[in-house]
Amino acid sequence: MKRLFRRARVLLAIFALTSCTVTPPGTGVFLLLDTSGTYAGELEQARTVINYLLGTLDPGDSFGVARIDGGSFSEKDIILRMTFDERPSVANDQKRAFMQTVGAFTDTVRTAAHTDITGGVLQAVEWLNEVGPGTRTVLIFSDMEEDLQEGYVRDFPIDMTGVRVIALNVTKLQPDNVDPRLYTGRLEDWRQRVESGGGEWAVINDMERLAVALDL
Amino acid sequence: MPSWLMVWPGNPGLSVALLLVVLVLVMYGARTPAHRGILGIAKALTQGCKLTVDAITGVQTRLVARNREVLLSEGLQETERQIEQEFQRISASVERDLSAYPALHRQLADQVRLIDEDYQRATDTPPAPEGWTQTIAAAGELAGQAMSQTPAAKAVDALRVAIEEAHDDAMENYRESSRERHKLLAKMVPTWRSMASTLTRVEKSVTGIFERSRHLDELMESYREIASKSDAAERALTSSSMTQFVTAGLVLVVALLGGFINFQLIALPMSEMVGATSRLGSMQTSDVAALVIILMEITMGLFLMESLRITRLFPVIGRLDRRTRVHMAWAAFSLLFILAGIESSLAYMRDMLAADRVALTQTLAGSTVQRPEFMWIPSVGQMVMGFILPFALTFVAIPLESFIHSGRIVGGQVVAGVLRMIGFGVNLFGFAADHVGKALKNLYDVIIFLPLKVEELVIASRSREAPGTPEGDRTPSAA
Repeated sequence: MKRLFRRARVLLAIFALTSCTVTPPGTGVFLLLDTSGTYAGELEQARTVINYLLGTLDPGDSFGVARIDGGSFSEKDIILRMTFDERPSVANDQKRAFMQTVGAFTDTVRTAAHTDITGGVLQAVEWLNEVGPGTRTVLIFSDMEEDLQEGYVRDFPIDMTGVRVIALNVTKLQPDNVDPRLYTGRLEDWRQRVESGGGEWAVINDMERLAVALDL
Repeated sequence: MPSWLMVWPGNPGLSVALLLVVLVLVMYGARTPAHRGILGIAKALTQGCKLTVDAITGVQTRLVARNREVLLSEGLQETERQIEQEFQRISASVERDLSAYPALHRQLADQVRLIDEDYQRATDTPPAPEGWTQTIAAAGELAGQAMSQTPAAKAVDALRVAIEEAHDDAMENYRESSRERHKLLAKMVPTWRSMASTLTRVEKSVTGIFERSRHLDELMESYREIASKSDAAERALTSSSMTQFVTAGLVLVVALLGGFINFQLIALPMSEMVGATSRLGSMQTSDVAALVIILMEITMGLFLMESLRITRLFPVIGRLDRRTRVHMAWAAFSLLFILAGIESSLAYMRDMLAADRVALTQTLAGSTVQRPEFMWIPSVGQMVMGFILPFALTFVAIPLESFIHSGRIVGGQVVAGVLRMIGFGVNLFGFAADHVGKALKNLYDVIIFLPLKVEELVIASRSREAPGTPEGDRTPSAA
């Protein structure tokens, strides 16, 4: 009997060890949509990306969408964020509702005068850390040209440990065409900022590669 | 060349030559202990290998003996079981066919009596003899010759007419009785047929019992063969075990695939019940739940087969009385039926979830949602499959039993074979070590051949100087 208990204890210990080493399940994705004047025309493509993500994410995954405007570190800029239900049928209904809400937003969106990308990223990272999924990804659908209002402070390091930041569809601006170094310099600044905060940085302009990059 | 080896600075060739001379001299000096060392190591290795081989052979012999015991014991049990079954069949056959033999005998006697009575009644009455006809014809001719108007002619004619009428009446009566006989004979036909059928039945029963008796004789012969522990019986049982092992293994692989399909049917809808995100270790809880249901079905199937005495994996169930076993079989079947129902509904839910998923994908892609016209066919198919697969998995118990029983024999033989191979390898290593030791000893002497030769010459010259020295003492450096 004692031997039996000993074996049971060993099995429990092995089970506990294997349980502890497993990373938390689920995926968390937060998509930031740039609504500034220079980029608002690209929102229809963003809708396609959102639909793709809705089709790919599983029950139990978390998904949020927020706009980038003059002051993005604000709850009013969050269009929708939710963790899908564990039951597949309920999760499918939630995705349908999500799609309708986002569709209504993109149909009625007004262009913003300024672009506070850092505020959006801060908000996204904060939410993802709060939800705590296994993999955390921030997608930024923007030209990555930050244009802050006067008095807004954003030049401080951000803790992005374990967060992947992927810039999607980074369009070239008119000055970039004149001097391409502006474009590469802008992306390089963002890369340094993300990586210095402990995150991973990637740029995807070809949407066909999104599936591979997200690895969902 | 390292500097510390440069005995003659600036001249590597001379340094090497000097070192070689020193080495050869040292080796010559240490020849006897070196030979002892080399041969000692080789001997130690050989002895170690021999001991190991002895130990392995001992284990292998014990294992082979144990395998033989198990094989013969299982063979005896299996034959006993077959003999028992055969006796049960004969008993059932005798009970079914021969217990009704008195009634059958009575039936046959009645049928024979009926046929006999009918036969007696159908006895043929001979018709009027042909002589009467000739007499009437002769009387007619006589009447014609003696003029028909004479009284004698008239009397003869009247007699002829009377005889003819009597003949006609007799013929009519004969026909009537023939009709009656035919009717009686016609009535006998079904009785004959019935009797023939009864006799055929009796023949079949008796033949069946004879055949079973012959099979029983063969089984008894086989039992005697196994009980005498003959080599032929062992070979036959080994071959039978191998065949069973392979066949049962193949069937189990098929069953495993069936179980996998079963799992695929219910894993997704299980996530609707226990959630798709919770985990048990590294596995999803829904997968574990689906696996548990399938394992429960297999377990219920095992109990069902065990209660029906088709398999005998659990002696405890086998020892239960018939009434309890029947109750147990019904309980196992009921649970299996309920589980099959659950699985069928889960299979339907899976179809619904898949359809919902497809609809969502179509909506997200911006196209209109279309439901295929004959979507109900796969739904029904999945439901039927979900219901049938648990019952199909029930029969896994039969190959599983064969696999377990034959696996013990085959496993034992494989281990014995591996031990034999290891023994051979160790033996080979010991043999090689012995010969390598001898070869190294000779190689050692080859390296120091020059001083050895000098020594030989010196000894030879000394022996020439002292002719009385025995031959054996002239050998150089006798180690």
